[in-house]
Amino acid sequence: MRVSDHARTILLTLALGGLLVNLPDRPARAAEVEEVVTPLGIRAYLLREPAIPFVSLAFYFEGGAAQDPEGRDGLSNMAAGLLDEGAGPYDSKAFRSALEDNAIRLSFDADRDGFSGELKTLNDTREFAFELLRLALTEPRFDEEPVERIRGQILADLRRRETDPDYRAARAWFARAFAGHPYARPTRGTPETVAAITREDLRRFVAGRLARGNLHIGVAGDITAEELIPLLDATFGALPAEPRLAPIPPVEPETRGVIVERMEIPQSVVVFGHAGIPRDDPDYYAAYVANYILGGGGFSSRLTEEIREKRGLVYSVYSYLYDARLSPLWLGSLATRNETVGEAIALVRAELERMAKGEIGPKDVADAKTYLTGSFPLRLTSNDRIARTLVAMSYQGLGRDYLEKRNGYIEAVTLDDVRRVAKRLFARETLFSVVGDPEGLEARTE
Amino acid sequence: MKPGIWPVVAILTVAAPAAAAAGLFNPSTFTLDNGMQVVVVENHRAPVVAHWVWYKVGTADSPVGKSGLPHYLEHLMFKGTEKIPPGEFSKIVARLGGNDNAMTSYDFTAYFQMIARDRLETVMEMEADRMVNLRITEEESVTERDVILEERRSRVDNEPASLLGERLAAVQYLNHPYRLPVIGWFHEIESFTREDALAFYRTWYAPNNAILVVVGDITAEDLKPLAERTYGRIPARPVPPRERLKEPPQASERVVELRHERVRQPSVTISYLAPSYNTEGGERAYALEVLAELFGSGTTSRLYRALVVDKGLAAGAGAFYRGSSLDQTTFRIYATPRPGVTLEEVETALDEEIAKLLAGEITEEEVARVKKRMLAEATYARDSLSGVARIFGVALTTGQTVEDVEAWPERIEAVTVEEVRAAAREVLKPERSVRGRLLPPMREARK
Repeated sequence: MRVSDHARTILLTLALGGLLVNLPDRPARAAEVEEVVTPLGIRAYLLREPAIPFVSLAFYFEGGAAQDPEGRDGLSNMAAGLLDEGAGPYDSKAFRSALEDNAIRLSFDADRDGFSGELKTLNDTREFAFELLRLALTEPRFDEEPVERIRGQILADLRRRETDPDYRAARAWFARAFAGHPYARPTRGTPETVAAITREDLRRFVAGRLARGNLHIGVAGDITAEELIPLLDATFGALPAEPRLAPIPPVEPETRGVIVERMEIPQSVVVFGHAGIPRDDPDYYAAYVANYILGGGGFSSRLTEEIREKRGLVYSVYSYLYDARLSPLWLGSLATRNETVGEAIALVRAELERMAKGEIGPKDVADAKTYLTGSFPLRLTSNDRIARTLVAMSYQGLGRDYLEKRNGYIEAVTLDDVRRVAKRLFARETLFSVVGDPEGLEARTE
Repeated sequence: MKPGIWPVVAILTVAAPAAAAAGLFNPSTFTLDNGMQVVVVENHRAPVVAHWVWYKVGTADSPVGKSGLPHYLEHLMFKGTEKIPPGEFSKIVARLGGNDNAMTSYDFTAYFQMIARDRLETVMEMEADRMVNLRITEEESVTERDVILEERRSRVDNEPASLLGERLAAVQYLNHPYRLPVIGWFHEIESFTREDALAFYRTWYAPNNAILVVVGDITAEDLKPLAERTYGRIPARPVPPRERLKEPPQASERVVELRHERVRQPSVTISYLAPSYNTEGGERAYALEVLAELFGSGTTSRLYRALVVDKGLAAGAGAFYRGSSLDQTTFRIYATPRPGVTLEEVETALDEEIAKLLAGEITEEEVARVKKRMLAEATYARDSLSGVARIFGVALTTGQTVEDVEAWPERIEAVTVEEVRAAAREVLKPERSVRGRLLPPMREARK
């Protein structure tokens, strides 16, 4: 399978082998997003879609793995594995049966900045599904059997990752770039920290982290605002008003040098990156366009063109903006045989330099904009994806009308904007983290 | 978080959801004059369509000594034609605001674009163009071969579990080409030439060997004239039958062990040769799907309950079977120990659970329970445009019909506990199996 990924709606005339198509504008269906506010003050974005009788709900509590106490790295991740393993009157077996027998899908996950969850249910089982979610968030049991079982699964997973070059390369990058800051710590923990987590730690996690004040909710599917409001209050209303979160300072990543971790594998994995741009920066969309041109645009990107298409050095190379709250990043990755790691890294550096020098043409920007605007509606074709998009809109403070306005933000980006932001973004030192047996490449700190 | 521990087997497949939901999709079908079959499933929630072209040819149709050639051709299909300059195909799709990609498996090669409805005809024109007008230069063919070698390194050579998966398939099938890696053996990929790819292309790529599946904001009535103006202009031509080597009767249990420096977490997979919907014994396929579900799908399955929860021996355990395959497929069972537990202990417990199935210890209640869940889950399958397109594409390239897909819920509903017991007895036979173990290196005697 080939790789390519990502995100139009303007008047486009495309000349193609004598074929001339005149394509009219189609509005994204954004106007339908409702902001629901319940009597208890819980807010959610809702996009109603009555075609199929089910609903997807996604939520996000601010405060993730970076909040895990010292020595308890991986607490958020372990809690994510355990909230759906028994709550209220249901032990683990009963809770899992209640979910699976009714085709209710409930899952939790943790990243550096937050704790997320998704609930998916057919209309027939909706009330019950929301009740199970309420129990999971407010009365999780943390019985000994599931705690030890999930701990065992996490330890098995960490052991497997010990020799996974992708995991190791990313770990090493974050450990170096954020040394001394919570972002340096592994979000899944280490065997030692996971072994140390107690049921009391898990209870404290629930009491301190899951609150109404740091909660963002998105709902998509066959449900009206009137139907949703009482369910939201019943499900989230009992959570404390505010979380207890430790203040964590923002941080600049330290991105000089090259890390090499030797591993005897035929292909080296390379993770690279440096500071990015805050999500609320006025130049964010220009940066988004710039990254599309450099490494975000699949087969339209410079990195793919130079490193894969012209030279056949990789199967996959890409870059992206990672909107980490305390330190926005620009990150990328590639994998190439050990003999060509140096060449591939030099090519990434050369393309970064071209971008930093402003070697960007009007066609680059126009092509990026037609893709990024035209493909935006493609993201809004399933309830799960819409619910996740709605949550991100809330968390990032983008506003209820974001789906309508978003393509306008991209359209407003000019060639000068992209050049300006590219100079600012891509002139930075780039830290490369290599895992494998690269030839002629040495680690260095400067 | 439920870590899934499932060695990758058919590497380049993007698996269709196990549950094709029938009666739910309500597809429309028609056939163009040149024999190209067309399936349309309407979904008007967004002005978007998923446009897929499926060729009835895959890795199991590779020429001898050229395993993975269909996948190589799949990559080269993005290079260019008389109308499309080299390397421009995906860039044009991107400029149209669309996403595109392709995939290869044993029985099919598929190409797709996700695109705004009003740009559909342009991508249909492009897809029809490259069905017959592909142009590849010598240089492109060499560079792309290198890309595929890197793809192989990423997916297989860097991954001990994938290395075992390849060897497991090679031993499961004594003769049938499902024994080959989808991506191909490294040394055979190295031998690919431009001429190999073009000869394969000229042999297999024709409208009468292709299926068009469009899911999204369009009706069959609106699609038909577009299909006639694009694909309909390509004349039909003879395509050879898919004649594959036949599998002889299997008479011996096999064991494959892969010891690898990088294995920290051992695992076992037991693979049994099993009928598909399309083969002799295919009437058992629905019962086998129910069996796999109750035995090893999810945290309430027998295997997970016994090995992971009750005995606390395994970090993960499960079973997997899908009936969509042109020829005989496999029923797979897998487990991985918790840290501190040996693989042997886990295997003993696994064998006990298999023995219970063979002794007929399957209740009506659990069959009813998983059937209800499978049918309910099918509703979710309607929500993804590409997911629905994949269900039809996989079915129609593996010997099934649109009616079969639509009848899936009824057929699952009709499965009885007796049929599930019989399917277990017929399929879970040691002599039809391979046991694959992924292990750390043998320890040297300590001094």
